Amino acid sequence: MSNIAALFRVPKLSYRVWKVWMRNKDVFMKTYKTNFLPSLLEPVLYLLALGLGLGGFVQAINGQPYINFIAPALVAVSMMFSAFYECTFASFVRMYYQKTFGAIIATPVSIEEVITGEILWGATKSLINSSIVLAVIVAFGLVPSPLFLLVPPLSFLVGLLFSAIAMCFTAIVPNIDAFNYPNFLFITPMFLLSGTFFPLTSMPEFLQVAAQIFLPLANAVEVTRSLVLGNIQLSILLNLAWMLIVTPVFFILAINLMKKRLIK
Amino acid sequence: MALEILVEAENLTKKFGDLVAVDDVNFEIFKGESFGFLGPNGAGKTTTMRMIQSVSPLTEGKLTLAGMDVTEHGREIKSIVGVAPQEDNLDPDFTVFQNLIVYARYFDISKEKAKRKAEELLKFVQLEEKRDVIITSLSGGMRRRLILARALMNEPQILILDEPTTGLDPQARHLIWTKIRNLQKQGVTVILTSHYMDEAAQLCDRLIIMDHGKIIEKGKPAELVKKHVGEEVLEVLYSKEAMECLKQNFSDARIDVVGDKIQVFAHKPRGVLAKVLEEASFKGALIRDSNLEDVFLKLAGRGLRD
Repeated sequence: MSNIAALFRVPKLSYRVWKVWMRNKDVFMKTYKTNFLPSLLEPVLYLLALGLGLGGFVQAINGQPYINFIAPALVAVSMMFSAFYECTFASFVRMYYQKTFGAIIATPVSIEEVITGEILWGATKSLINSSIVLAVIVAFGLVPSPLFLLVPPLSFLVGLLFSAIAMCFTAIVPNIDAFNYPNFLFITPMFLLSGTFFPLTSMPEFLQVAAQIFLPLANAVEVTRSLVLGNIQLSILLNLAWMLIVTPVFFILAINLMKKRLIK
Repeated sequence: MALEILVEAENLTKKFGDLVAVDDVNFEIFKGESFGFLGPNGAGKTTTMRMIQSVSPLTEGKLTLAGMDVTEHGREIKSIVGVAPQEDNLDPDFTVFQNLIVYARYFDISKEKAKRKAEELLKFVQLEEKRDVIITSLSGGMRRRLILARALMNEPQILILDEPTTGLDPQARHLIWTKIRNLQKQGVTVILTSHYMDEAAQLCDRLIIMDHGKIIEKGKPAELVKKHVGEEVLEVLYSKEAMECLKQNFSDARIDVVGDKIQVFAHKPRGVLAKVLEEASFKGALIRDSNLEDVFLKLAGRGLRD
C-alpha cells in the first residue's frame, strides 16, 4: 500500500522548473525553422486530401461541410501528437542516451523539477504546433468564431495532459522501441476514434460515453470544435473538468514513476 | 592549525536490493586535502560519490558535508559541490561554451557572471579554440577537460572527480593532473576515485582502498607502500631454479608469481636486494621501487572483477 501512496506523493517544486524548460527552449530555437515546416505542411495535406477530396463524397455533418468538421479536430490532434512525442521519444533520448537529466540533478535542480520542466515544455510544444495548425485553418477560412482565440490556452492544458501521460510511459519503458506499444494501442486508435473524422454520435451510446471517459483526445476535440465553430454547449464544461482532474493525477504519477526509475 | 572536517561518514551503507554496494563505511575528509577512493570495479566507489553529492539516498548511516546532512540539505550541498562524473553527460545539443552557460543557469548564476566564468575556465582547461564547436566533435580528452570546467562553474568548495582520466592518452592525463594540482593549490577540497594507482599516488594526500563495499585500508600513499610492500621489489624471470634460490635467500618474504615473473617483496632496507643479485645470477632480474599498485594487488588480490 505504501508503494502506491508513494506513487501519488505530491512533489515539492520551485521556480527551477523553468530552467529545465529554458534548456529545451534554447535547443528548439536553434532549429526552429526546420521545426515549423512539418507542422505547417501536415494540416494543409489533411485539409486537401480529407477535407476537399474525401469531403466531396461526405454529406454535411450538423449542417457543416466535412472540411469544417475536421478542421478543429486537426488542431486538437496536433496538441496530442506534439506533446506526446516530446515527452516520449524526445524526453527518452535526453534521459537515456544524452544523460541530460543525470547532469542536471547534480546541480540544485531536483529530479521532480526536471520532470516538471519537461512536461511544461511538452505543453509548450503543443501550444506552438497547434497554433500553427490553427493559423492554417484560419487561412483556409474555416474558423467562423472569434472564440478560437481561446484555443491556444486550451492547447497548453491539453498539452500538459498528454505530456504527463507520455512521461508515465517514458518512466516505465525498457527501451525506446517499446514506445510502439502506447503508440499503436493508445495514440493511433484515439486519433481515429475521438470524434475526429466522424461524429461520435454515429456510434452506439455506450461507446460515446466510453470515448468521453477513456479517451483524452475525445475531450480535447469536443472543446476545440466548440470554440472554433462558436457552438458552445454546457457539456464542454464536463470535458474541461475531466481534463482538469485527470491532468494533475498523471502529472504527479509521472514525477513519482520517474523518481523511482532514476533515483537509485 | 587544526584540521577542519568537511565530509564525514558514519556507518554509511547502501543496498540495491540484496546487493550491499557500500557496507558500513566510516571516513572523514578534511578541508583542503585531496582524498582518494581506490578499488576495483564494483568496489562501491561511484556509489559512495553519488551519496556524497546527494543524488543517491543512503540506506543506513549518516553522511554530512560542511556540517549539513545529505538527506536533508541536498539543494545546499549541490550548490557547493562540483561534480565531474565518470560517464560523459555533456549536453550534445549545445556548443562547448553553451554547455557551460546552460549549466551555470541551474545554479542561479547570473548570465554576465556565467559568461565571464566560462571564458576563464575554457582558458584554464585549454579549450578556448573550441569555444563554439558542437561537443560531439571533441576528442575524449577535450570532453574530460570540458567536464572538469563545467564542474568548476559554481566555484565549488568540494570537487568530486569520478575516474577523471579513464580512457585518456598520457598527454591528456598529465594535462588533467596539472589542472587538478592547480586547484589543490587554490585550496579546493578534491575527492577522486580511480583505479589507476599512479594517479592516486600523484594526486592524493590520503586515500581509502575499497573492495566489495568495505574499506580494506586507509592512509597516506607513501606510508601504505612502506607498510605493505616495503621500499623495493625484486623481479626475476620465472624458472624453477630461480624460485628455489629466492625462497632460500628470502625465507620470510612474500614471493608472488605473476605471469612469467617472480616478484619478491622482502621488506629489506635499500641495497640488500642488490647484494643478493650480485651473488646469484638470475635471468631478467630487476630491482624497482615498490608502488601503490603492488599494495593494491596485495590487498585486493589478482582475481578479475567484472
